Amino acid sequence: MSKKVSKPGSISRRRLLATAGAALAATPLGAKLVRAQQTPIRIGMSMPQTGGLAGGGKASLLGIEIWRDDVNAKGGLLGGRKIELVVYDDKSSASETPAIYSKLIDVDKVDLLFAPYATVPTAPIMPMVKQRGLLLMGNFSFQVNSKVGHDMWFNNAPWGPADSWATSFLDIGQRAGGKSMALLAADQEFAQNLAKTAREVAAKRNLPMVFDQAYPPNTVEFSSIIRALKAAKPDIVYIASYPPDSAGILRAVNEIGIGDNVKVFGGGMVGLQFGAVMENMGSLLNGVVNYNTWLPEKSMYFEGTKEFFDKYTKRAVEAKIDPLGYYLAPFGYASGQLIAQAINAVGSLEQKALAKYLRENTHKTIVGPIAFSPDGERKETAVLQAQFRGVVDKNMEQFRSSGKQVILFPENLKSGELIAPFEAARK
Amino acid sequence: MFSFDLLLDAVVIGVLLGCFYGAVSLGLSVSFGLLDVPHVAHPAFLVLASYAVYFLNEHYAVDPLVAGLLITPVFFLLGLVAYRLYYETFEKRGSDAAVRGIAFFFGVAFIIEVLIILQFGVDQRSVTADYIGRAWRLGDIRIPYRLLVAFAVATALTVLLTLYLSRTFMGRAIRAVAQDQEALRLMGANPIKIKQWAFGIATAVLGIAGALLIIVAPVDPTLDRAYIGRTFCVVVMAGLGSMGGTLVAAIILGVAETIVLTMFGASWAPAISFAMLLGVLAVRPQGLFGRRS
Repeated sequence: MSKKVSKPGSISRRRLLATAGAALAATPLGAKLVRAQQTPIRIGMSMPQTGGLAGGGKASLLGIEIWRDDVNAKGGLLGGRKIELVVYDDKSSASETPAIYSKLIDVDKVDLLFAPYATVPTAPIMPMVKQRGLLLMGNFSFQVNSKVGHDMWFNNAPWGPADSWATSFLDIGQRAGGKSMALLAADQEFAQNLAKTAREVAAKRNLPMVFDQAYPPNTVEFSSIIRALKAAKPDIVYIASYPPDSAGILRAVNEIGIGDNVKVFGGGMVGLQFGAVMENMGSLLNGVVNYNTWLPEKSMYFEGTKEFFDKYTKRAVEAKIDPLGYYLAPFGYASGQLIAQAINAVGSLEQKALAKYLRENTHKTIVGPIAFSPDGERKETAVLQAQFRGVVDKNMEQFRSSGKQVILFPENLKSGELIAPFEAARK
Repeated sequence: MFSFDLLLDAVVIGVLLGCFYGAVSLGLSVSFGLLDVPHVAHPAFLVLASYAVYFLNEHYAVDPLVAGLLITPVFFLLGLVAYRLYYETFEKRGSDAAVRGIAFFFGVAFIIEVLIILQFGVDQRSVTADYIGRAWRLGDIRIPYRLLVAFAVATALTVLLTLYLSRTFMGRAIRAVAQDQEALRLMGANPIKIKQWAFGIATAVLGIAGALLIIVAPVDPTLDRAYIGRTFCVVVMAGLGSMGGTLVAAIILGVAETIVLTMFGASWAPAISFAMLLGVLAVRPQGLFGRRS
């Protein structure tokens, strides 16, 4: 009959396993195994995957995914926790996002929230995140926090102060001799916010507004609107439009004409930043002065920018999304960089501490240094105003070279002078 | 400030825009107006046709209008299949077929939208042709050629469909099935086959209409949602089943929309179609050109 006896100085099987486990964990291989078992940091968001904003939404998400993959390849954050994205399609609709974010918070119990791309889907979730005291990393929405006043909101977009967008465009127009202004804006949140600031800046400068009209979503034909605008004989034409409309407006301008007195045309046309739209519009773009966020000029490359676009270009082809990806994708990546720097500095996911760190420091990103003002927008605007030049039809690759969109603003990034009037610049 | 030039311009552009609305509504005038099929996927088929035209134009440099003609037989077959599926799964099963049919066609519309996204992505697509992006000068008025194309095609389609429905045996049979299905059955004809054929015609028309859609403006996979209200409004306002009436109602709508856009402010334009529809239905419940039943 055998009997298990623990001899003095001998070691039990359980103790042996525990000791071996601890030893293994102390080795590099063991450390990796332990990290793999740690829970991931879950970042929740909705993103337009279908609907009118899907083109931008998909590019933005790819930027965030590239950041996730880069961070995870380096071992994650907080001592080995991998990044996991929890993403839902909001169908570009403002009515979808409140329910999605409630689910992300209460059911999925994500650690951090990123906002969806664009103003319209973001606006309805602002009161909720403020009420719950959650940090929200904004994604290219415009002035959604101006009335809410949430102190844990940080916008990745380079907008800066609310009026800087209109100010830079009107500066260019007035320097070219513009003495009156026309405003045409989509009847939607983002465009109306742009229009509002443009009206305020024009009023401050005593610039007469000779045409001011909003057009509804789903407008099919812009010929008659452009005809009415032309009849008002403005010098500066400020357009705040969404992607489906921008193409229609430019086509109508090309057919109807806009008048010889117009010095600058454009300003806030969403869509002319996307590769497919630019390729489709081709030479119709020439002369338009429009906002942008990133362009392939020497001054716009920072640490990691080139590597990012190398990865993006490859993955965008597979994902059938904007092959250029200048407008949103690098800023999606930058959102991740911002939150990663905050987590590394704070050493936890405590949202108030993360927000304090983001608010009080300047952060290095692939789109340049970012510092926030108290309202969560950039301290200084980094929105570009650029004029399309020498664009030919049906050629996507031309937009990868410098000189196709000459930067007129800001001064430190300027790459050329305005060609005016608009009709001359179109030739 | 009132300007006669602007008003004249608005009327001219409105007539042309109305013709475009008419062209994209004619198929629905057959499927919904004559056959009573709640075809809410009509605009989705329209967008599908636009993408087919885009594919032929982009990869084989086929003129968009020729591409529209080339895909017409394919869309005819697609219509035959879609109706047979709808009939077998919904229509023959009872009195609430119409309500459940709406769910069926909404489902079809979503499937088409997703298929387009998977194949072409979510970006806008457009076509190139000599008549796109240029305008015809008529005094002070400049008329985009693409709208003139829409005018010509819509007029031709209306005339052809009207002749087909009034002069051919099959066309008369389609009108008969719209009026009294049982009577047609007593005459020895199979109303289901006639309805299937008519649905095929309605879908085939979308081949050309889809070409017009992408000629007039760039398209994206979700554009169908913008056209559900407009096309149903045109068909109901015209009086169900009237081809000429569809074109006239569409022109009235186009002119009203454009005048409001130009003279009174664009924000009011979306309300125009439905305000006019309510007004017409209040005065003439059978529509502008419909017969009192």
